Amino acid sequence: MDYTTLRHFADSWGLLAMTAFFIGAVIFALRPGGREAAERAAQIPLKED
Amino acid sequence: MKYGNEIVLLALAAFAALLGAAFAQDSQFGAHMWVLFFALVAGAIVLLRTGNYAPVDILAEDKSPYMDGPIRYGVIATVFWGVTGFLVGVIVAAQLAFPDLNIEPWLNFGRLRPLHTSAVVFAFGGNALIATSFYVVQRTSRARLFGGNLAWYVFWGYQLFIVMAATGYLLGITQSREYAEPEWYVDIFLTVVWVAYLVVFLGTILNRKEPHIYVANWFYLAFIITIAMLHVVNNLAVPASFLGSKSYSLFSGVQDALTQWWYGHNAVGFFLTAGFLGMMYYFVPKQVDRPVYSYRLSIIHFWSLIFLYIWAGPHHLHYTALPDWAQTLGMVFSIMLWMPSWGGMINGLMTLSGAWDKIRTDPIVRMMVVAIAFYGMSTFEGPMMSIKAVNSLSHYTEWTIGHVHSGALGWNGMITFGAIYFLVPRLWGRERLYSMRMVTWHFWLATLGIVVYAAVMWVAGISQGLMWREYDEQGFLVYSFAESVAAMVPYYVVRTIGGLMYLAGALVMAFNVFMTIRGHLRQEEPMPGTVPALQPAQ
Amino acid sequence: MALLDKHKTIEKNATLLLVGTLLVVSIGGLVQITPLFYLENTIEKVEGMRPYSPLELAGRNVYIREGCYTCHSQMIRPFRDEVERYGHYSLAAESMYDHPFQWGSKRTGPDLARVGNRYSNEWHVQHLVEPRSVVPESVMPSYAFLKETPLAVKNVSYDLIANRRVGVPYSDEMIASAEADMKAQADPNADTSGVLARYPKAKLGDFDGDPAALTEMDALVAYLQMLGTLVDFSTYDPATGYR
Repeated sequence: MDYTTLRHFADSWGLLAMTAFFIGAVIFALRPGGREAAERAAQIPLKED
Repeated sequence: MKYGNEIVLLALAAFAALLGAAFAQDSQFGAHMWVLFFALVAGAIVLLRTGNYAPVDILAEDKSPYMDGPIRYGVIATVFWGVTGFLVGVIVAAQLAFPDLNIEPWLNFGRLRPLHTSAVVFAFGGNALIATSFYVVQRTSRARLFGGNLAWYVFWGYQLFIVMAATGYLLGITQSREYAEPEWYVDIFLTVVWVAYLVVFLGTILNRKEPHIYVANWFYLAFIITIAMLHVVNNLAVPASFLGSKSYSLFSGVQDALTQWWYGHNAVGFFLTAGFLGMMYYFVPKQVDRPVYSYRLSIIHFWSLIFLYIWAGPHHLHYTALPDWAQTLGMVFSIMLWMPSWGGMINGLMTLSGAWDKIRTDPIVRMMVVAIAFYGMSTFEGPMMSIKAVNSLSHYTEWTIGHVHSGALGWNGMITFGAIYFLVPRLWGRERLYSMRMVTWHFWLATLGIVVYAAVMWVAGISQGLMWREYDEQGFLVYSFAESVAAMVPYYVVRTIGGLMYLAGALVMAFNVFMTIRGHLRQEEPMPGTVPALQPAQ
Repeated sequence: MALLDKHKTIEKNATLLLVGTLLVVSIGGLVQITPLFYLENTIEKVEGMRPYSPLELAGRNVYIREGCYTCHSQMIRPFRDEVERYGHYSLAAESMYDHPFQWGSKRTGPDLARVGNRYSNEWHVQHLVEPRSVVPESVMPSYAFLKETPLAVKNVSYDLIANRRVGVPYSDEMIASAEADMKAQADPNADTSGVLARYPKAKLGDFDGDPAALTEMDALVAYLQMLGTLVDFSTYDPATGYR
């Protein structure tokens, strides 16, 4: 496994995997079902100490 | 007997330090062990005097739901080390303008500069992070700090680390790795303290009564474990002898340089950014009394920030002997980093939507808003400076120093001051701060100080970079290096003034905090725009 | 959406959050740093490079101790102005024995990667004792105390041994004669054939102006005078070197 092989992998599948991971994370965070849970979590600091 | 074991352990450690001093291989190590000996003896004496000699079972147990003792000490330590670090900063700034202020050997610029950087980053910033993380994790988990007195060990252990690092620099004990200068034995000790910190923090999260882990804790947790990883890898070294201060880095040359800047940049990314974002995500909603603008944006902010930051280190090594592919990778990720950073800035600022008037009426909110604004500015400037063409001009110049300070003074300093002003009345059970008007004074002194500092260093750095590369029409370099040094002196003078203003603001804060803790309330006009409390009907 | 529901578990499970974060933050370092230990152009050898002599190593340690790196870089970038001002751009191999590296990040003072042989020993000593007497614009602190501080000779072999443990090729012979080599290099009357055989191109003789005393000034000037002098660029073929 030399540098060129690594470079090719990073340029193709590696890049694709990272992009997919990132898009997945964004989709997850913005999924419709998450709104309510997120709003509840956002209230945590404001509850009575 | 209370603290019995602790006193015995301290005495044993002090004896070990004495042995270290006696058999030291070099004079610096010997002196350093004497410092350690006196610090440990002082600690043991304090414990002996405060120790209660009644049997443990009849000592009153602290019954409050949260453990706030180490946080109170942490807030005081933050203020103390902040003033100290800013003062040393003003001194080193003045030394550059007036070199006769160097006092060899202990107070030369080369030894004081790491003292300044470590004092502000690790002593001021570190204490702020430890104290606020302990506060936030308890409130958002609704659980008491895990591990009992372990939190006290984290606090005092961290102070001992600071003292050993600081005295070491003055003695000339350094690894010459920027922001990781302490030598191997101090590094090992810090690792132990840091693991204890992780145990306390993670244990509290695991004990939580809230099903969800609030996002501020994600940022704090990422800060703690990433710093642990960076610290261990970057400080891998082989000591020249067991009782000597000198060690040799495990890596050399290119590999060593990239490891160091992988560490150095992520000390910024995880110590000065992720940790302080944890602060932002708790204290801004609390102070304006509304939830964070978008909780889901904060989750995206978290994952993209920690993923992108870790790649950005090579931008500190543009055009060096580091391979080009690593430089390009560092540049690309640095530019991408701009997006999550601004996502976070927008999230912080928009938390105020519907309460914008608080910027006018509440100086603490104003401080936090300016902090977030500076976060936005420096996370725009940073990616720009990581572009290779820009970096070819900015690298090695004062521009870098200006950039660092707009981030450190503007973002880290201001958000910490806001958190301190929030915490002090609550931790000591005071009705309010001693004086809100003094907060306003602090705000203006600090903001003007930063603006002066950053603007002057920006102009200085660009002039410096242009002077170094200026050719005349015959193809000769126009300026000697010495001429570029002479051109910097006026900027150095004005920069010192900016630093002095920032230090003055911090002194105002120290006085305000001191008076609040003592329980005084300053009689003063209320802040303009605040609605007086409604009076009961006659 | 079974996969997405998993993230909800992460948000509620501290251990998973910990492991996930650790994984994410490890990738960058692994991908960037690990190849440097295997790629040829970062581990190539260039003719002329040798480990530091004991005196130079001691001088280097003084350089580190005094924080010289806070104002001086040792990394010349491949730009026309830098190459004209400081000399040939720095090669990766030139810092292969530097534990730690001293590339620096700031030029309050000039780059020192090739300062060796540029000035006389007397100039360096005068400049370190009273910088503004030779460079009026300088803002450098004075280091006169180095001239008064005897160089620690005891246990110098420990430093060589530690360097060998991290990969610097010090031979048994070099370690055995470390103390003698250190004294001989700064002694104008000593037999220096051994020093030169072990450390080719080492600068010899008295450095600090006082032949009778071996001081930290001797060591620091010996180090400064060899910086950037080991590789002979008149015979260096840039095609073989990485840039």
